[in-house]
Amino acid sequence: MKEKVVIVTGSSRGIGLAIAKRLAKEGARVVINSRSQERINEISSELQREGLNVIGVGADIQTKEGAEKLIEKATEKWGGVDILVNNAGINRDNLFLRMKEDEWEEVIKTNLNGMFHCTKASIRGMTKKRWGRIINISSIVGITGNPGQANYSAAKAGIIGFTKTLAQEFGGRNITANVIAPGFIETEMTDKLPEKIKEQMLGRIPLGKFGTCDDVAAMVRFLASEEAGYITGQVLVVDGGLAL
Amino acid sequence: MSVFEKMVELIVEKLGVEPGEVTPEASFIDDLGADSLDIVELIMDIEDEFDLEIPDEEAENITTVKQAVDYIEKNIK
Repeated sequence: MKEKVVIVTGSSRGIGLAIAKRLAKEGARVVINSRSQERINEISSELQREGLNVIGVGADIQTKEGAEKLIEKATEKWGGVDILVNNAGINRDNLFLRMKEDEWEEVIKTNLNGMFHCTKASIRGMTKKRWGRIINISSIVGITGNPGQANYSAAKAGIIGFTKTLAQEFGGRNITANVIAPGFIETEMTDKLPEKIKEQMLGRIPLGKFGTCDDVAAMVRFLASEEAGYITGQVLVVDGGLAL
Repeated sequence: MSVFEKMVELIVEKLGVEPGEVTPEASFIDDLGADSLDIVELIMDIEDEFDLEIPDEEAENITTVKQAVDYIEKNIK
């Protein structure tokens, strides 16, 4: 992981932050990102105080301009991007009958368009170097679906199709593209769920506990490594057995 | 430097072939060993280098060095 330049989108908190920290601790140079420059500056100075090699870039990656700005900053500072972790994601849950068009649009935009723009802006550098890792954070609901998450599960399933295509198009350039599908991970996003739902979920997890952000970060760390160089186009499920 | 000379440079860098192999008649795929992704990248390199935008329909018709040079010379700003 030494010296590799990593971008983790949506990394001011939750899974994204855990990924950024983990890779930085392994010696990577990490660009963290969120929409607000102020917020990301706070986090990056915190991480820098811990001795980690991190910069923060505020950019709205839903837009082409935002994504390009993010990749440009990384290139200016460290000369290119080796590993892209498309993590930024939001949910706007509602039963389908009640789901508004803007809830649909917003989730598709952030979860899918963001990934498109960031990948587009960084992959040419990887093809030139003949080395790259694209790691996309999906969700178990992209495989199983989930009541109340028609928008979110559609976006998360879209990530899987996108990644499998990239794996085929760029395999010849020594770029791997994989998906991580976390199950129920303790984050601010899942914190908002009603207790009753959480208990039901817990009952369905063979390992008997919710996952942590670090569980996901550990998988990212593996996929980003040299050792994972022969793995591409795969969906790695980190869910304690929830989907079985 | 002529458009052709610049093209030779781009192709040598992209495809790792010898400058002598890059003749006007050479086909990117059949003679210079390019794959489909190489072609897309080469078209993008040409666009950057000559400040052009090559529409996909036009790009499809560019299969030899000469075709690329002719296109560039016709459309250069």
